[in-house]
Amino acid sequence: MKHVKIGAPKELFEGEARVALTPDSARQLQKLGHECVVESGAGAMAGFTDTAYAEAGVEVVPDGAALFAASDVIAKVRPPEEAEIAYLDDSKTLISFFYPAANGDLMERAKETGATVVAMDMVPRISRAQKMDALSSMANIAGYRAVIEAGNNFGRFFTGQVTAAGKVPPAKVLVVGAGVAGLAAIGTSTSLGAITYAFDVRPEVAEQVESMGAEFVFLDFEEEQQDGAATGGYASVSSPEFAAAQLAKFRELAPDIDIVITTALIPNREAPELWTPDMVASMKPGSVIVDLAAERGGNCKLTVADEKIVTENGVTIIGYTDFPSRMATQSSTLYATNIRHMMADLTPEKDGVINHDMEDDVIRGATIAHEGAITFPPPPPKVAAIAAKSQEKPKEKTPEELKAEEAAAFKAQTRSQVTMLVAGAALILGLGAIPGMPASFMQHFIVFVLSVFIGFQVIWNVAHSLHTPLMAVTNAISSIIILGALIQVGSSSYLVTVLAAAGIFMAAVNIFGGFLVTRRMLAMFQKS
Amino acid sequence: MDFGFTIAAYVVAAVLFILSLGGLSGQESAKRAVWYGIVGMAIAVIATLTGPGQGLWLASLILIGLGAGVGYQLATKVQMTQMPELVAIMHSLVGLAAVFVGFNADLTILGVEAMKAGDGEITGTFAALVAKKTPIEITILRVELVLGVWIGAVTFTGSVIAYGKLAGKVDSAAKQLPGGHLLNAAAAALSVLLMLMYLNGAGSWTLVLLTLAALFIGYHLIMGIGGADMPVVVSMLNSYSGWAAAAIGFSLGNDLLIVVGALVGSSGAILSYIMCKAMNRAFVSVILGGFGGASGEQMAVEGEQVAIDADGVAAALDEADSIVIIPGYGMAVAQAQQNVAELTRRLRAKGKEVRFAIHPVAGRLPGHMNVLLAEAKVPYDIVLEMDEINDDFPETDVSIVIGSNDIVNPAAQDDPNSPIAGMPVLECWKSKQVFVSKRGQGTGYSGIENPLFFKDNTRMFYGDAKKSLDDLLQRIT
Repeated sequence: MKHVKIGAPKELFEGEARVALTPDSARQLQKLGHECVVESGAGAMAGFTDTAYAEAGVEVVPDGAALFAASDVIAKVRPPEEAEIAYLDDSKTLISFFYPAANGDLMERAKETGATVVAMDMVPRISRAQKMDALSSMANIAGYRAVIEAGNNFGRFFTGQVTAAGKVPPAKVLVVGAGVAGLAAIGTSTSLGAITYAFDVRPEVAEQVESMGAEFVFLDFEEEQQDGAATGGYASVSSPEFAAAQLAKFRELAPDIDIVITTALIPNREAPELWTPDMVASMKPGSVIVDLAAERGGNCKLTVADEKIVTENGVTIIGYTDFPSRMATQSSTLYATNIRHMMADLTPEKDGVINHDMEDDVIRGATIAHEGAITFPPPPPKVAAIAAKSQEKPKEKTPEELKAEEAAAFKAQTRSQVTMLVAGAALILGLGAIPGMPASFMQHFIVFVLSVFIGFQVIWNVAHSLHTPLMAVTNAISSIIILGALIQVGSSSYLVTVLAAAGIFMAAVNIFGGFLVTRRMLAMFQKS
Repeated sequence: MDFGFTIAAYVVAAVLFILSLGGLSGQESAKRAVWYGIVGMAIAVIATLTGPGQGLWLASLILIGLGAGVGYQLATKVQMTQMPELVAIMHSLVGLAAVFVGFNADLTILGVEAMKAGDGEITGTFAALVAKKTPIEITILRVELVLGVWIGAVTFTGSVIAYGKLAGKVDSAAKQLPGGHLLNAAAAALSVLLMLMYLNGAGSWTLVLLTLAALFIGYHLIMGIGGADMPVVVSMLNSYSGWAAAAIGFSLGNDLLIVVGALVGSSGAILSYIMCKAMNRAFVSVILGGFGGASGEQMAVEGEQVAIDADGVAAALDEADSIVIIPGYGMAVAQAQQNVAELTRRLRAKGKEVRFAIHPVAGRLPGHMNVLLAEAKVPYDIVLEMDEINDDFPETDVSIVIGSNDIVNPAAQDDPNSPIAGMPVLECWKSKQVFVSKRGQGTGYSGIENPLFFKDNTRMFYGDAKKSLDDLLQRIT
């Protein structure tokens, strides 16, 4: 196996400023034994010059065709265009965002080339894969940028101020959807000084929202919300009643809110409508709505994707879909790091040789085409996302089965009891039948056997929590051995008396120590 | 010389002892049960002193008084966290007393035989008793006293070592001399040989050698058992001390000794059985020491341990409605039970449901955690057993694991090759969030990796349990 070359072409998509390889990430990749190639001008819009790449030891090639020819692994941001797919063949691996669920035809085309395709948007959401979770790193940027865009279009301060020139009220910001983007928006907004409210259909994120300094908007609604953990940490569709309660709450808030940032997306669905035209109408002039779901139809239906509009009552609605690209330097750095981690997982030996391990949860999940076959959708990962799924309840047993089981258990119990009785009786009888066995011994022996029997009967009932007191009590009463010593102490033999006296002393320590300690322990047990 | 009155008193005492053990079935009746035990013991001692033991009754009383003083000191000074050590060291006293009494019986037999041969004289109630025995009864008596001495000696050194391990004075890891169980087997074989020689009249030196062999077995056996198995060891030694008393009872012809010895012996045996079952291990493999070798590759643990600070835990507790606390030996070591109790009180005051989940082998003594929590005045009706609470974890918001490890190890269920595979464990990972208070990243007593710590819903709250809880308490009002 030869060492692979990783190449990053210039993005063909109009206005896309990001690039999948930065000089920094190239240096790191070279440490893994890879070589790097970049198309001339690929990083220009993200602030990375060809010279900077060349200094980092990256080969700069003049155009896309040369780049695809030179690289074994092509790292991109946007899904490939037709022209790019045409360059692929079965020796190449393509890593990019792909959205395979929406781009079925594209995936089919990619498969036909025989190339391996890794979709960065399909990386499973498990802790091990967080370092490759490009969706989260992009969402983080989008959330931050949304607040900045809103501020840019908002005519007032975020923070409240009392100045010589008059009092300025703080801006009120509502963030709908507390995913990665939502949380980033909350953080940015609170750090700018705005009063921030946040809402999410998953009540369990309230804690995260509050940790970022925002106030969680609770609904007066009782419903068993599906645990977000069961759907891989994403929101699911809510019931009509819940949606109604949610809209009512928003309607109540709308007149007060200056800036609304909606980030609500449900995987593989059109964005839910959360901010209705009448809410927009009730907002104050100058208010701003940033709809991060614009690409998928928008959480506000007035949103126009990729555009900024102003409604009749003076509310600005921003529907840009390229927030990460608007911060191309930052997003390229993060994305390139995600790509680098993906490459590190693909080359576990750090020897520059790719081992595409389809047994690995992360790699398997992200790979959508491999060796001429489509491998999407992936099987569920072996490691459950975020929280373990609740276990299915064992099947209820029918009454007949229960009865049969009980009968079997009873039989088994009877059998074992009878066996033990027979064995015990045989043992005792055998002992008694030994010629010359004195009756006095047998008398004691009967007492012994009965006592063991009583002991077994009694001890099974002792409460588990009282096992320590039980040991202390049995310890105390096992010093009944003192009786033996007491009986012997009166002997005329000097040695016997000394030994017996020592025995008495030790047993007495035990008696008093044992009982006192038990009393101390038991006195502590109390009901609430 | 017959002591009809003494025997009648013994019957009363025996009944009281049985009631005393039976009364431990409930927390409330237990308080009465201890009094039954105390009265039973008092009756037995007084009856013996006025009856067969009247020989030196004043000296006996003084000795008992001295013992009482020492016992009182021990029992009142001991910290509840040191309870396992105390119980272990007290077992050793019973063991040693049994050895002494056994030797006395041998000396008395020799004295009586010498007297019968017209050589010297021995008096005393016990000597009188022995004098009446037929030769075959003397032989049986010797069998019994050998058993008593042997078990007593094993109990003695075993308990001392168990005490040392529990008190941290002896390295708690399983250690054996070169030769391992062969040494034990050799010592046991030597014991049997010496016993046969002794019974055939080889003289008292065989008894001394046999005692030494038994002392060695006790030492070496317990040295080979790891600290995590101490609950089983302590209850097993408890059982042995009972059997030793019973054996001595036979040789003295004293029914009360037999009854009580048998009660204690069977009680300890059952406790050991319960403990072993809770760990899903065979009694023999516990006694022979160490964990059985793993039969295959253990599952690799995925993910990483994520730490959290007191603020994070406090925030999560603030959100949670139902909380389950799982204490382990680490809580006892750090003496953190008071803080745990205070945390419980504050959380309950906020209307949250707080409960405790106790694994049968949590701590170093059966029921160890219950005692510690009771000391800190945690109401016992919120302290639940494993079976009572295991099904509730999926509905629990936050589980807090304080210093326990193996008893919350999911590998017991998931990994058939794990050394603890099949051991019932507290399924705390099913709760929404798990916080693990732990000193560092190391493994527990059993030395196996715990996948719980790597789960996505687990956060590690590193630090000494007491200090961590102190920090936490400052953030929860």
